[in-house]
Amino acid sequence: MLSSAWLIPIVPLGTFVINIFFGKRLKGASAYISILAIGFGFFYSLGILFRVFGGERLDASLLWVPLAGEMRLGVGLLIDELAAVMLLVVTSVSLMVQIYSVGYMHGDIRYSRFYAYLSLFSAAMLGLVLANSYALLFVCWELVGLTSYLLIGFWFEKKEAANAGQKAFITTKLGDIGMFIGILVLLANVGSLGFKEVFHFAEAGEMSVGLITVASLLLFCGAVGKSAQFPLHVWLPDAMEGPTPVSALIHAATMVAAGVYLVARSFPLFALSPAALEVVATIGIITAFLAASIALVQNDIKRILAYSTISQLGFMMTALGVGGYTAGIFHLFTHAFFKALLFLGAGSMIHAAHINDIRQMGGLFKKMPITGWTFLLACLSIAGVPPLAGFWSKDEIFLEALRTGHTVILVVGLLTACMTAFYMFRLFFITFTGIYRGDHPIHESPWVMTLPLALLGFMAVFAGLPGSPLMGNGFHHFVHFEECGVEPSGMVMALSILAGLVGIFLAWLLYYRQAWDPRKLIKAAPGAYRFLLNKWYFDEVYQAGVVRPVLGLSRVLDWIDLRGVDGGVNGVAWVAVLISKIKRLFDIYIVDGLVNLSGAFFMALGKVGRKFQTGLVQNYALVLLFGVVILVLAKLFLGG
Amino acid sequence: MITLYHYLTVSLLLFGIGLYGILTRRNAIGILMSIELVLNSVNLNLVAFSRFITPQVLSGQVFALFVIAVAAGEAVIGLAIVLSIYRCRNTLDPEDINLMKW
Repeated sequence: MLSSAWLIPIVPLGTFVINIFFGKRLKGASAYISILAIGFGFFYSLGILFRVFGGERLDASLLWVPLAGEMRLGVGLLIDELAAVMLLVVTSVSLMVQIYSVGYMHGDIRYSRFYAYLSLFSAAMLGLVLANSYALLFVCWELVGLTSYLLIGFWFEKKEAANAGQKAFITTKLGDIGMFIGILVLLANVGSLGFKEVFHFAEAGEMSVGLITVASLLLFCGAVGKSAQFPLHVWLPDAMEGPTPVSALIHAATMVAAGVYLVARSFPLFALSPAALEVVATIGIITAFLAASIALVQNDIKRILAYSTISQLGFMMTALGVGGYTAGIFHLFTHAFFKALLFLGAGSMIHAAHINDIRQMGGLFKKMPITGWTFLLACLSIAGVPPLAGFWSKDEIFLEALRTGHTVILVVGLLTACMTAFYMFRLFFITFTGIYRGDHPIHESPWVMTLPLALLGFMAVFAGLPGSPLMGNGFHHFVHFEECGVEPSGMVMALSILAGLVGIFLAWLLYYRQAWDPRKLIKAAPGAYRFLLNKWYFDEVYQAGVVRPVLGLSRVLDWIDLRGVDGGVNGVAWVAVLISKIKRLFDIYIVDGLVNLSGAFFMALGKVGRKFQTGLVQNYALVLLFGVVILVLAKLFLGG
Repeated sequence: MITLYHYLTVSLLLFGIGLYGILTRRNAIGILMSIELVLNSVNLNLVAFSRFITPQVLSGQVFALFVIAVAAGEAVIGLAIVLSIYRCRNTLDPEDINLMKW
């Protein structure tokens, strides 16, 4: 069963091929084909999970590209606990999103293409998860980036969407360059890119710590780009221009988690370099705090969720950085469900209200009860209210931070958790309570959309239990790096709950009870508000610091190209034209001239000759006469 | 007494008139007629020389008879050509008969 796991990515790849070539003819059926393929993947993944649970593992590879000397590039499958968990996350969320899209994308002119892209994405993401070497992982990594670009810009008639696609692609590529260099560093030193070989090599102490640090940090660059970590986080909020199911699948649950997965997969490397881990933790917590603070004041529902995603991804990175391998994966696992649920819920609301601005919504709870209840569950989950999923995984992270003595990270993390609860419930209260402020009639979404919501809602509640102390930290014993028994700490748990509740309470006070007018708060600190509203001015700084200089440079290069290179080429052409002009003159006046001259000579000769050939017999006769006369005279006078 | 010189003088005059006609006539028939004059002057010469220089041999007279015969043939052919030219060109001026000229 494990050895045929390659079927999981290949089947969606097949549906991609079918949909991209025959989608127009299949029309609505294209969705069912894709759903069937990913459904197959989901049940297969479940089977694999049980097999892995039972102790089976697989690491098989085929030789792909033999390189010079001892180097080998292999392509193959690696199925271990991490891969099994990721498979389940990817296939289940993908399945939910694809079912949901039947309703959400209904009537779109590129319906079948949407499903083709989704299938390609699923195939690439599953390939990424199953890869047993950095080579295959990188290939899938880039494929995933490509589909992300295609899906963000899916409605490319909108200029914002097209721009957002490009921004996402270019920004993540920045990180990918670092990652690629990191892979090359590993290849040059190890001679192989298989995970097993690389980690054995590193653990055997054959690489210096400095080299490991460099390689890890370069790999981390890729993760920073893909997982939208500070300072490359700017693409993710813009990526919300894509269709909402895409945001749920790619930009919340799976693709952005690929960066976290990469770090987790490379954890044996990172673990050997304390410096690299510190960097990961620092970047992670900065990202978490920064994104949460921005999310406090945003008004676009999807952007709030986007910043929330960035923030939670920061938490995962922080967990990995402080050495909490299990905690990071666990948070990835739970986050995938409740964040997908949040996005799909938001999609349901947008589908009903036809607007993204939360200020135009309100009072939706009564009209959309299923969306409302599931959304509430997801909010509670992300806010860290026990016993929902988000609570357990976030608690793990704080525990790890405390255990490894990262007090600053713990404090900032708690603060961020408080902000998380606040912005989520701000969103919830503004949209679901009060009175409806929009003008589009509201109705609950069709069952194809609410069913995934309900299923994900179930997961958002219960996904945390396997990792909770209630079930003996089962997740821990399943997915772990070295042995790490984490003792549950009552104090951390209390603090975590407190942070969440304070956030919820503040949001309730401001936006439900309306004890204070939020506008007064804004007036009290207008600078801070503007600072947050403008997202810490990251886009502006990048615009001025990166985009403008690059544009300026390219303009200079353009000028050089135009004047210098093209000028040179044109100069050569000009000289060539000049030479040929001279040659033309030579040809006309010298060569042709000689030919014409000979012609003209004989013409002139002929002209003279013609005078004798008048054709007039009488002239001839006259000449004859003169001739005779001369002859006679000559005879007479000269004698003879 | 009519001597050889009288004949020769008449012949000369006749030749001159004929030659003048050949050179100056603008009419092909005129030219043909002038040619007849020239031929007849020659005939006169031949007969005169024959009579005065070698009276015992009649070769001059015989030669003149040949010339008359040839002149008759020449006139027939010449007039036929002139007639057919006139039919298609509607002119008898030899200067206008220049189809062969470039």
